[in-house]
Amino acid sequence: MSLALRVALRRADFSLDVNCELRASGVTAIFGRSGGGKTTLLRCIAGLERVGHAHIRFNDRVWQDGSQFVPTHRRSVGYVFQESSLFAHLDVRGNLEFALRRVPEEQRRVRLDEAIAWLGIQGLLRHRSTQLSGGERQRVAIARALLSSPQLLLLDEPLSSLDEASKSQLLAQLEHLRDQLSIPMIYVSHALGEVMRLADQLLLLEAGRVQALGPLQQILTRTDLPLHHELDAGTVIDAIIEEHDPAYHLSYVATSGGRLTVAMQSLPVGRHVRVRIDARDVSLALQPAVGTSISNILAARVLELSADRDPAQMLVKLEVGSDAVLARVTRRSVAQLGIVPGCSLYAQIKSVALMEP
Amino acid sequence: MTSADLVALWISCQLAILTTLLLLLLCTPLAWWLAQQDSRARVIIDALVSLPLVLPPTVLGFYLLILMGPAGWLGRVLHALHLPSPAFSFSGLVIGSMLYSLPFVVQPLRDAFQAIGRRALEVAATLRASPMDRFFSIAVPLASRGAITAAVLCFAHTMGEFGVVLMIGGNIPGRTQTASIAIFNHAESLDYGAAHRLSAILLAICLLLLLIVYSINRRLRPAGTPV
Repeated sequence: MSLALRVALRRADFSLDVNCELRASGVTAIFGRSGGGKTTLLRCIAGLERVGHAHIRFNDRVWQDGSQFVPTHRRSVGYVFQESSLFAHLDVRGNLEFALRRVPEEQRRVRLDEAIAWLGIQGLLRHRSTQLSGGERQRVAIARALLSSPQLLLLDEPLSSLDEASKSQLLAQLEHLRDQLSIPMIYVSHALGEVMRLADQLLLLEAGRVQALGPLQQILTRTDLPLHHELDAGTVIDAIIEEHDPAYHLSYVATSGGRLTVAMQSLPVGRHVRVRIDARDVSLALQPAVGTSISNILAARVLELSADRDPAQMLVKLEVGSDAVLARVTRRSVAQLGIVPGCSLYAQIKSVALMEP
Repeated sequence: MTSADLVALWISCQLAILTTLLLLLLCTPLAWWLAQQDSRARVIIDALVSLPLVLPPTVLGFYLLILMGPAGWLGRVLHALHLPSPAFSFSGLVIGSMLYSLPFVVQPLRDAFQAIGRRALEVAATLRASPMDRFFSIAVPLASRGAITAAVLCFAHTMGEFGVVLMIGGNIPGRTQTASIAIFNHAESLDYGAAHRLSAILLAICLLLLLIVYSINRRLRPAGTPV
């Protein structure tokens, strides 16, 4: 499963020059600043934008090459737009059935009742789009896109116009869909938090050019990318719920580098989860600290050191088990502790966030 | 009211209904095309379509008469095909009315199609709807308000038409004499009572139709959108 993209576009105010191949499974996030060409690239994939010089191939089907151009309605892509896109002349059920009716029976992979249940829109079926909140509209739009049984689901910043509460609810639903469905998704966003929660693969697009492409953790911990200038730079690592401790209201998760303590979760033991560790929450020590309130201390090896945007700080890339973790520490600490690539030390993690609802 | 007046009124109604139906059918594709265009061709077509708004009806009627007459190319083509000339006949009235009312149908339809915007059609395309499917399932229902406006305006405008029908139709009672021409005849012969009655009926019909248009516009307009 793959999506090959070669798109070259030059306009007065911006250019796009992309040549890459995406793994068409799980969630691929296209991340970058606004105006960097993310939406244009997504529109090219959907066939909504016709660029002169482009080669777009999905699995073994060529969607665009030279003068060959498969129109949008024959590409079997689902598309969730940034803002509300429900048909005003139909109610919610009508919108959903619009999608369902256009898929031949034998190609249907999502049932109407399934889509309604997944997105929790049972109570809205008779409503018109003007009667819905922004979050409800996006949920209906996602259900509608799923009902067209797409082979590829494209999401263009679907959360950007929503309030925080709707955002986190919809993120949880998207996570659930990612885990339940085998539909590959391409998720455009300029919010790093959303990307960390959802993506398996990350494509950094900067000023119309691919800056980096690869598995999420690998890209997040690359210290040569401007991603680290973001205040919430960090990484995500895979973990499994190991044990609950109701007495202290804590849960323990297993990672490749050892056990971590997180706030009590209502998830079953054995469940795969993602934990997020921000660089600014990791401090370093040469010996395992005793008499500290920090409960998450893992053995680590220094992989590389790099400058931070703040001249007083440095970014230290660590190997913890088979995962990579970033630490943001002061330049003085690096000198005093004699931290160099290859040395072994202990990562003290002040805060670990479990990325599940 | 005399039976001749009733016949004239009936001819007007027939003319208005037929003109409206034919124009809706023919102008929908034209308006759809115009709504998608942003070219020089559109400027020219827009101007041509709007011409009957400013042209004196007599000018339009005069040229049509020349065209349909025995020396005009339309007249010659029809003669060669052994078809009757539309001049001074009901079919001529229909042709004239269609030209005269053209902008009243094209403009509301075009504006309604334009107001739909690109987004809804793009969404439909991603939901596997073909261009034809998108036109009928998205564009037509979303433009229905424009279509109703177009139909009512066209009907009312054709009912009240005078100059063109007089030029082309020639005021033949029972065939091409419409209500508006009958009123003119009554006034000419100083029969103000008969002119009053027929005028009042036309006034009532036109006012009623416009009331329908504006109440539909008010009801169908989604909350918060400008008129």
